[in-house]
Amino acid sequence: MDSTQRTIQLLLKPGQHDGEGQRVAEAAQRHLGLSTGRVQSTALYTVRYPVSDEQLRDFATHCLQDPVLNDVALDEFRHGSEYKSYILVAKLPGVTDDEGISAQNALGDFLNQPLDIHTQHIFSKRLYFLEHELPESSLRRLAEDLLGNKMINRFEVGPIAQIRDYTPRPGGGAESITNTVRLVGLSDEELVKLSKDNLYALNLEEMRAVRDHYTSIAEERQAAGLPQDPTDCELEIVAQTWSEHCKHKEFSAVIKYKDADTGEEFEVDSLFKTYIKNATSEVDRQLRANGNDWLIKVFSDNAGAVRINPESLFVWKVETHNSPSAIDPYGGAITGILGNNRDPLATGIGGARLLFNTNVLCFGNPEFNGTLLSNQLHPRRIFEGVRKGIEDGGNKSGVPTVNGAIVFDDRYAGKPLVYCGTGAVMPMQLAGLDSWEKNIDAQDRIIMAGGRVGKDGIHGATFSSIELDETSPATAVQIGSPITQKLAMDFLILATRRGLIKCSTDNGAGGLSSSIGELATISGGAVVELEKVPLKYPGLRPWEIFVSESQERFSLAVEPSKMAELMALGQEMEVELTDIGYFTSDGSLDVRFDGESVARIDMEFLHNGVPRKVLEAEWSQPTAQEPALLADLDYTDVLSRLLGSLNICSRESVIRQYDHEVKGRTIIKPLMGATGQAPQDAAVVRFNFESWEGVAVSNGILPRFGDLDAYHMSAGAFDEAVRQIVAVGGKLPNLSYGDGNFWSVNDNFCVPDSVYDPATNPDGKLKLAKLVRMCQALRDATAAYCIPLTSGKDSMKNDFKADGVKISVPPTVLYSMTAKIEDVRRTITSDFKQADDVVYLLGETYDELGGSEFYQLFGELGANVPKVRFEEAKALYTLMGEANEKGLIQSCHDLSDGGLAVGLAEATFGHGFGADVELPATGLGLSAQLFSESHSRFVATVAPEDVVAFEQRFGTRATRLGVVTQDGQLTVRHGGQTVISASTAALRHEWTNGPVNRLIGFGQHEAAQS
Amino acid sequence: MEEQPKLPDLNTPPRPQHDHTAPITDADGSLHVLGFKSVDAGHESTEPLGHSAEGTAAKQTVRALILTGFGINCEEEFAAAYKLAGAEPTIVHLNQVLHGHVSIHDYDILNFPGGFSFGDDLGSGVVLANKLRYRKNAEGRTLLDDIKQFIANGKFVMGICNGFQVLVKLGLLPNLSGNVTPEVTLTHNASGRYEDRWVRLKVNPKSNSPFLKGIDSMEVPVRHGEGRLIIKGEETLAEIEARALNCLAYTDFDGSPTDVYPHNPNGADLNCAGLTDTTGQVFGLMPHPEAFLSLYNHPDWARRKRQNPSLSEEGDGLRLFRNIVEHVQSQAAAVPQEASQFSS
Repeated sequence: MDSTQRTIQLLLKPGQHDGEGQRVAEAAQRHLGLSTGRVQSTALYTVRYPVSDEQLRDFATHCLQDPVLNDVALDEFRHGSEYKSYILVAKLPGVTDDEGISAQNALGDFLNQPLDIHTQHIFSKRLYFLEHELPESSLRRLAEDLLGNKMINRFEVGPIAQIRDYTPRPGGGAESITNTVRLVGLSDEELVKLSKDNLYALNLEEMRAVRDHYTSIAEERQAAGLPQDPTDCELEIVAQTWSEHCKHKEFSAVIKYKDADTGEEFEVDSLFKTYIKNATSEVDRQLRANGNDWLIKVFSDNAGAVRINPESLFVWKVETHNSPSAIDPYGGAITGILGNNRDPLATGIGGARLLFNTNVLCFGNPEFNGTLLSNQLHPRRIFEGVRKGIEDGGNKSGVPTVNGAIVFDDRYAGKPLVYCGTGAVMPMQLAGLDSWEKNIDAQDRIIMAGGRVGKDGIHGATFSSIELDETSPATAVQIGSPITQKLAMDFLILATRRGLIKCSTDNGAGGLSSSIGELATISGGAVVELEKVPLKYPGLRPWEIFVSESQERFSLAVEPSKMAELMALGQEMEVELTDIGYFTSDGSLDVRFDGESVARIDMEFLHNGVPRKVLEAEWSQPTAQEPALLADLDYTDVLSRLLGSLNICSRESVIRQYDHEVKGRTIIKPLMGATGQAPQDAAVVRFNFESWEGVAVSNGILPRFGDLDAYHMSAGAFDEAVRQIVAVGGKLPNLSYGDGNFWSVNDNFCVPDSVYDPATNPDGKLKLAKLVRMCQALRDATAAYCIPLTSGKDSMKNDFKADGVKISVPPTVLYSMTAKIEDVRRTITSDFKQADDVVYLLGETYDELGGSEFYQLFGELGANVPKVRFEEAKALYTLMGEANEKGLIQSCHDLSDGGLAVGLAEATFGHGFGADVELPATGLGLSAQLFSESHSRFVATVAPEDVVAFEQRFGTRATRLGVVTQDGQLTVRHGGQTVISASTAALRHEWTNGPVNRLIGFGQHEAAQS
Repeated sequence: MEEQPKLPDLNTPPRPQHDHTAPITDADGSLHVLGFKSVDAGHESTEPLGHSAEGTAAKQTVRALILTGFGINCEEEFAAAYKLAGAEPTIVHLNQVLHGHVSIHDYDILNFPGGFSFGDDLGSGVVLANKLRYRKNAEGRTLLDDIKQFIANGKFVMGICNGFQVLVKLGLLPNLSGNVTPEVTLTHNASGRYEDRWVRLKVNPKSNSPFLKGIDSMEVPVRHGEGRLIIKGEETLAEIEARALNCLAYTDFDGSPTDVYPHNPNGADLNCAGLTDTTGQVFGLMPHPEAFLSLYNHPDWARRKRQNPSLSEEGDGLRLFRNIVEHVQSQAAAVPQEASQFSS
């Protein structure tokens, strides 16, 4: 027993409302059916720093206790006499404990002692007391399902008379053991087993390539005094570098494509090269030919960069963090958002200023009430955890979450999709150098900046490259610390502006192995001294240190002459910097521990030795037909139900828990209008306070159309993102010579395992064919609009397998778009502005109800998938840009989920206006007119005095529907009949009280508990 | 039940860690003055502070010092607000002040921006307040000692959101006793959640704070999870009201103070959104006036502009900053006059 360990407990004073305790009791009843009686929540701090009794008491009362709210108990677990059971929630060793570190910070200040906050001396825990005596199994279930996650928390539970404490062990040294792994001479079966047992995620062919490489270099290794077989660290480095996550092997594969319907066959020599890189090169050629040379950096760095003006660059990146979010939703999402923040931060030299975040989330139905598979988390729990992770990741970093989307589909119940996007601004020049370039010379030092290294996140890169099952490893989970990263971010911004850093990169997937491995390609090699790497706790082996994905770290390349100033700045800003080696030009990655070789790998083999995959794809059109629905539908009722449906209803309860306006630059927020309840299309953010220049941000994602045709799904998603930007007043690029109107797009593919295997993946060829078609649509769309891709990501194994069942996501692609806005004051919001304004439908409606939310209401899919007519769309968007220039459009809302009827209703939500609308007599059925989700359409309003000018410009592209009214009634007529008549307040009520807000709660004041 | 904690795990006792407390010097032995000067929000020069801050400022220039670092994140818009209001804002890392590289006494207004200082893990603003109260510099002075002196010199302190929480946890607000001990607290919203939404505030007409002069009401966003003001004891509450220190109240659409959600977003006692000390020189509020500097920050800007095309492009929040900057300027201008009045 350790006599220096002390405990401080904070309890709410009698009479103070215990909101947390109340929420736990309610959630236990609601979600688990457990009756806990009253629950008392208390905070514990275990202090492992030598302090006197007096110091401990004073620290507790002056620094931790809120004199208005808390009582303090020292070295005891105090509780009310009525409580019978307890649950202690501690953290496992090495898990980020920001609260403990904060307390430690306070202790250092209080004692006026230089207490190193990088080594943990104070550990925070929560201790709950329950009124009812519950069996251990129930307490444990409550703990694991509501209070924490067994991947990151240690729980102690039981009767209150026997409270057990738990405190993780503090920091220490590494375990300097490096083993060799027998590889040379292994059979195919043994190679496959080796890969699986060690989570290398390499297939047989790749394992053979590694084996053959080591066989071929036996003599050289012997001469260098190295063992013939690879070390554990070498194999880990190869596995990480060659992982699907890092190498995008399937996007680079040769694909043999066959159309079973037409018999057409062709070969794709890399999806990435053919449909993404080459398409962007063609766009760039057209842009440059027309004097638009703003495309600065594409596909070659952590994020894409375009030029805003002669002084600054806009940097844009979207990533996914799906697998970790399936296992630990909170940790997965927060590391996703913080990890994605590091991409723009570490683009080029580094030190961009983050401007905004955006998130697109795909979940299973949160109201699912069936049986879960082993280790499958309930979709509601994933939703709530991810939401909280985004809240903390964005809010605590001071980066506004300006928009996003949530898509629900049962097929995301195994693996959710968590897309995190970040936009940033970087000066063109940093200390006289081009900011977007990465230069490194031999002898430059390698500096690790930020957090410490633990076992968290070991194998993240390889793990995310395989499907999840019930045995997925605990070490793959990481918890982000926004405060640690904020400090590192502030430091990076300053250090780069002072010219102290030559270039930087983020330590994300693959940890040091990935970041140094990639940077070393610039100089041609590196020497890493792993014994210098600071650890969170003892017992890590060298290979673990090298591949650990512990968060909030950057690798920096620093000129030796700048070291002193850099280290001094780090010290001043309290960011831990460690010199862990240097770059070389000898062609090898040389990793050492205390002078002993841990790994020595030829860089050429490491980066170019991976064998190319050859994959098969076969397409056949699904058989689908249009349903026969009742002829006399009550359209008012249908509209109400649509507004209250899962994919259309309000997300206000989620949106308001994200800070969407920190930095004071958000001009179009997710919800606007006098009511604060009018949903918007794209977000608009200005760059600074001196100019009115800004950027519009949008997301296009339409997975359900993929059930009909992946090509049209992908094209539609692209168009959706474009038209959202056009709706707020953005202009297409390259319309005139040198207009400088940048667009920057990230493509983000998340697909199920698409590699054919007769036993485990019999429809793999079809899945891969869908991916090919998605890519073809992407190429066609970029060419049609002359919009370039600047960065992207693919996540290839989004399957969850357990108990013999596989849940695979539908093939999904997200297009995350940004475009320059010349003057944010001229942007347009979606809500109606004034009575008597004239309402128009822009664009053409087709009989395209296939995959619509309308059909979804009736459990139908239909057949007529919406198609994008690129030429017509481009002509309309160009006209809209010109009309906006003249100020002719007062409100504009893009039409998507739920079609025209939902779009009209949403436009009334900002101020309580109504609209009186007469649908035109066309050949189109009423249902299609109201609910078809045909692309490239808007509902817009025009001031009465501008009607003539507007109609002259738009001609037949605009259909006059009616007028905005003061009376708060939405009336839609067709052929003399009133088909929809509803109070817009009632419609807004349906929308606001939909399942999402009901689930997350509305945020009223809780009833005080006396 | 008074049970001793059981400590089942064995661990190595910690050793005190020594970080370098010696001055940071370069090869020539000269001290590095680490600092950057904000020239405008969102941009900065790498100019060391010592060179630009001295001499350049004209007599009438109002200088606002804005602290940042350790998770503070609203410093840029805070600086923009002062710049738009005609003052000269300077953003510095808190350690530059704590280590004595920057003196608050060179400035007229000391500002604590919003954010999540030290992650807010121990309760909002607690760790930062603690640092100001206990961390001593080489001369054995705490920053709180300097702030008390700063206020005694007639200067001004402003805290927004997390900065307000710091001032409250430190006891600078409302400071009825005058001895800087916490008398009220800010804790979790009654809703139990963080929220970003716009609210309407009414200014207490009896408030003596120059920050609020001539303002009746304003619209501003709140963005916090711990903004519920709790006042300990009836006496404290009565005194705060009697001295009109509850300078801002959440109101409904009619402009009457309200405890109804969401108009009152957190359930604060007295529906109170902001406090001043008894001198009116120290002012803090939960909502973010620095996030409403231009009309285009408001969620309903597009409709309002349509209704009234000549609507001012300035946001409500800017008025606060104009107020204090003008007040400091008029103070400076008034000094000789006061002297002559005194002699007459």
